[in-house]
Amino acid sequence: MAEPQLLDSSDMARFVADGYLLMESVVPDEINRQFMDDIGYLPDDEITDPRAYYGKLMMTSSIPRVRAGTPLDHAYPASGAIANLLALPRVRGAILSLVGESPVVDHHFLHVTFPPRFYESSDKPQVSQHTHQDSTIDPRMAFDIQLMYFPHEVTVPMGGTRFVPGSHLRIVSNSAIGRYQNIKGQRHVVCPAGSLLVLHMGIWHGGGLNTSDRLRYMFKIRLCPTERQCRLWDDSDLPNDHYEQRAIFWTDPGEARDSLHAILMKPQGWYEYDTGRLELMNRVKLWRYLLGDEDFDADYWLTRVENEY
Amino acid sequence: MVARQQVLVLYLADSALDSAVIAWSKYDGTGREVNMAGDSEAPPYESGLDALQHGWRLIQASPLIDHVPGSEFRTGYLRYEFFFEKILEVDDGRTTTA
Repeated sequence: MAEPQLLDSSDMARFVADGYLLMESVVPDEINRQFMDDIGYLPDDEITDPRAYYGKLMMTSSIPRVRAGTPLDHAYPASGAIANLLALPRVRGAILSLVGESPVVDHHFLHVTFPPRFYESSDKPQVSQHTHQDSTIDPRMAFDIQLMYFPHEVTVPMGGTRFVPGSHLRIVSNSAIGRYQNIKGQRHVVCPAGSLLVLHMGIWHGGGLNTSDRLRYMFKIRLCPTERQCRLWDDSDLPNDHYEQRAIFWTDPGEARDSLHAILMKPQGWYEYDTGRLELMNRVKLWRYLLGDEDFDADYWLTRVENEY
Repeated sequence: MVARQQVLVLYLADSALDSAVIAWSKYDGTGREVNMAGDSEAPPYESGLDALQHGWRLIQASPLIDHVPGSEFRTGYLRYEFFFEKILEVDDGRTTTA
């Protein structure tokens, strides 16, 4: 097996700030085709009823039943498509960097989004999925990740998963946010075949509306760490001045736009003016947790409120 | 002719009605328009005030709530939520006047 390719510090800072990493075309076509075969895929014109098709997939798919808490290394048959994609150096490296050596599987699920013709004889309207955060209220600093695997190209009309960058640190209760239809800066997955979206468990998201004439597939695996998530990535690139503060409200044309402080402090366009500042503070808290060092700060956000004698 | 309600929910950048829209939802009781999650990328109005100037009536605004000790830095639901309505006359399920 090839050596895993760990994330670097910039990748990790982006994950902390935005709550996701998108790896386009990371899975080769050979594995994508193998995956479609493994799930018992049928050509679209042989499918008439969504419920019946799901039933068939459950019966014929070679994706195994995986009990919650199963170690990832034992969850999938060797040489199967899922084991093969998890062994890819970039995928393995991302998993190692985020949830460590021995994550366990929480659950997995094959999402199939059906095009309009499947709803023509149904009394249910074809609608997108409400915005939600998976699972339930989860105030931990430790985090699970969700791998969303797109085995085929996802075009705009196919309604790829919608998600809200930077929403992952908000503590909400699952579908309580269903009222929020559109949020400025929301993204819709549009990607080539074999792309992987790696999400912090807290990201707000929902399935899109498939207006194409093809079925859309997405396989999701939720992974939980079994160790403290501290410096699991390749942190050898952390700069020597990482702990030095920047001048606040000072625009330095010489500062790299991709410096770790700049990445961590870049707000999202949808943040409220006041809570956007709290988001930056919570990012610093998460970065401290990942560094294993409470001395780090950016733009003085935490130092200011910790300055008590 | 019967009256039907259209509801517009705007989430603003702060508690002022003339601050920028950061999120939005719409529910159309006339059945004329179908709205759903992810159906638009640009807000329908620049601010809450802009919506008022386009004929929407404000019917509810989220209150400002003191911060619970120990949770001052926690973020969660969108804070500045404003509900607006329009009442439209419809006939046989179809809108005839606005």
